[in-house]
Amino acid sequence: MLQLNNRKEKIRNLLVPLIAVLLGFIIGGIIMAAFGYNPILGYQQMFRTVFLNPQTGGINPRNIGEIFVTAGPLIFTALGFAVANSAGFFNIGLSGQALSGWVASIWVALAMPDAPRIIVLPLAIIAGAVCGAIAAAIPGILRAFFGTSEVIVTIMMNYILLYTGNHIVNNVMSDSMITTKGVTKMIGENASLQTSFLANITNNSRLNIGIFLAAIFLVLIWFLMKKTTLGLEIRSVGLNPFASEYAGMSSRRTIIISMIISGGLAGLGGVVQGLGTFGNFFVQGSSLTIGFDGMAVSLLGSGSSIGILLSALLFSVLKLGGQGMQFAGIPSELVDVDIAIIIFFVGISYVIRFLLAKIFDGKKEVAVVQEIETKPNDHDEEGGTI
Amino acid sequence: MDIGLIASLVTQTLIYASPLILTALGGVFSERSGIVNVGLEGIMVMGAFSSVVFNIEFASQFGMWTPWLGMLVGGLVGVVFSLLHAVATVNFRADHIISGTVMNLMAPALAIFLVKAIYGKGQTDNIQQSLGYYSFPVLKDIPVIGRIFFNQTFLPAYAAILISIIAWFVIFKTRFGLRLRSVGEHPQAADTLGINVYVMRYSGVLISGFLGGMGGALFAQSIAGRFAVTTIAGQGFISMAAMIFGKWNPLGAMGAAIFFGFAQNISIAGSQLPLISSIPAVYLQAAPYALTIIVLVLFLGKAAGPKANGKNYIKTK
Repeated sequence: MLQLNNRKEKIRNLLVPLIAVLLGFIIGGIIMAAFGYNPILGYQQMFRTVFLNPQTGGINPRNIGEIFVTAGPLIFTALGFAVANSAGFFNIGLSGQALSGWVASIWVALAMPDAPRIIVLPLAIIAGAVCGAIAAAIPGILRAFFGTSEVIVTIMMNYILLYTGNHIVNNVMSDSMITTKGVTKMIGENASLQTSFLANITNNSRLNIGIFLAAIFLVLIWFLMKKTTLGLEIRSVGLNPFASEYAGMSSRRTIIISMIISGGLAGLGGVVQGLGTFGNFFVQGSSLTIGFDGMAVSLLGSGSSIGILLSALLFSVLKLGGQGMQFAGIPSELVDVDIAIIIFFVGISYVIRFLLAKIFDGKKEVAVVQEIETKPNDHDEEGGTI
Repeated sequence: MDIGLIASLVTQTLIYASPLILTALGGVFSERSGIVNVGLEGIMVMGAFSSVVFNIEFASQFGMWTPWLGMLVGGLVGVVFSLLHAVATVNFRADHIISGTVMNLMAPALAIFLVKAIYGKGQTDNIQQSLGYYSFPVLKDIPVIGRIFFNQTFLPAYAAILISIIAWFVIFKTRFGLRLRSVGEHPQAADTLGINVYVMRYSGVLISGFLGGMGGALFAQSIAGRFAVTTIAGQGFISMAAMIFGKWNPLGAMGAAIFFGFAQNISIAGSQLPLISSIPAVYLQAAPYALTIIVLVLFLGKAAGPKANGKNYIKTK
């Protein structure tokens, strides 16, 4: 692969996310200006809200805690996307898998209100991960044995799981678990990821152990993908399934395993959302945003652990700061537009790399960029299409 | 079951089906040209948003024609929005799924941002002129059939069915359709024969933007009656399912869309029907999605869609 050996191409690949973020902010600013808002004031307000306390003007520990609250589930779903993506598998079912994890963990927690924490908490977490993994294994198995497009199956399953989750809360859970229709009771302290210590140091934010679990998994997944045989198999199947088969790997087995890991991680994202952030489950009107945001985080971080960490934190700042922009009279949805624009530029990274090569490096490098893109993508040839 | 009940069931099914028919047809045009379009949902959102704004602002000028013009506006906004997808995938070599997902991320955020910027609140008022019932002059007097299909029925549904037939004709019986399909099956070969691959792919995507935008506008102006963030919730993906279910054939997509419209309708109105009220709503809600997976596994292998679907075509110099 040319891509792996070219130092300049590597630098360009690192620059792409930075440029994308910059362009996202600039175009977001233009949109603000076009509708009569002051973009500088808007962005200022955004960062102020996140980091400063409006009363004292000092650092706001509560909102800084909330950044990590938002980042936790995003890191998990982003890792989930990244693992499947390494195997050449496009998992857009993260929303549904996270929702399964959320419902399952809350259900387990509510079913055992009196059991000791050391039993309930691990059980609830594992239940969530397992449900997410099962939800992802289905498209994995269908792809491996029938060649069915995972993109379609995961999209369809998002909705099946959404309606199933709502059905469970509305009709299946026993009345003792429900407060009003469509909303479960809060879980007990024995199953919560929140601790009084973390709440105390962050001025009663919802900061919970979830972010530390996420940090552990960032390292674990990095180790799995870069240092183990399984990780090598996953990556090589993603690069070229035929060559991997010849080398004695089973691409079917690898696809299914990568999907199980991916779904398990997304499920954990739902667990952190459930046991950490909210403490209950309530009927959802549409797919969970952590699913698609997680995908965006992973794309922006180009699937690497450090990239995912940084972009998850960036997205959390954006999401939280968006709420603050309302104080300047600017609709908070602007940050979601920003995020979409950022991912758009990541998606058309070819153009950015092409221009970088053209401006800074000259003809030879332009040829390199073009060459990389012109190579046929092997997993596209083999049933990966819709 | 008495005839009145059947008639209302048919009409309600048509109301739910027609936005799906139009959007699914849009999907067919895009994917036949080789561009995967998972952004149909986002296109519908933009269509719904723009038509509702148009309807609210211009209802006093255009009167009963407002919703029809609103559909046109929705379609045109859909074209502009889908331009993003076309540029990204045809010229800029973006992954089709990523680009489509960007549209789905962007549309609801942008639309609500604009609603807040225009009206200062998170959702619009109710529209004044919506698409109502219509009775065909002579046809409604035919016994039984007239009562079921032509009396107090939903005119846009018949327009959508007509458009499906036209779309089938265009794709399978015209020179444009042949070129569109050839670009989706084997762009290199098509290019060698002098067909402009990029132009054909642009037309596929932009037509899907027009039809998807109209579909969203139709939904907003008949069922929702206003625009909020939850107005379009999955209809674009159901349409995509209908397109696959119908094997990328306009008439098949139409049939599937009518069937999914029926499922959507009885999941909402089923509680009044004797037999169906005993089925939990969740089965009916999930049915279109589950059936699509089953059909995909059982009847369509990997070779179902257009062959070059989802692959970027890069012209060699």
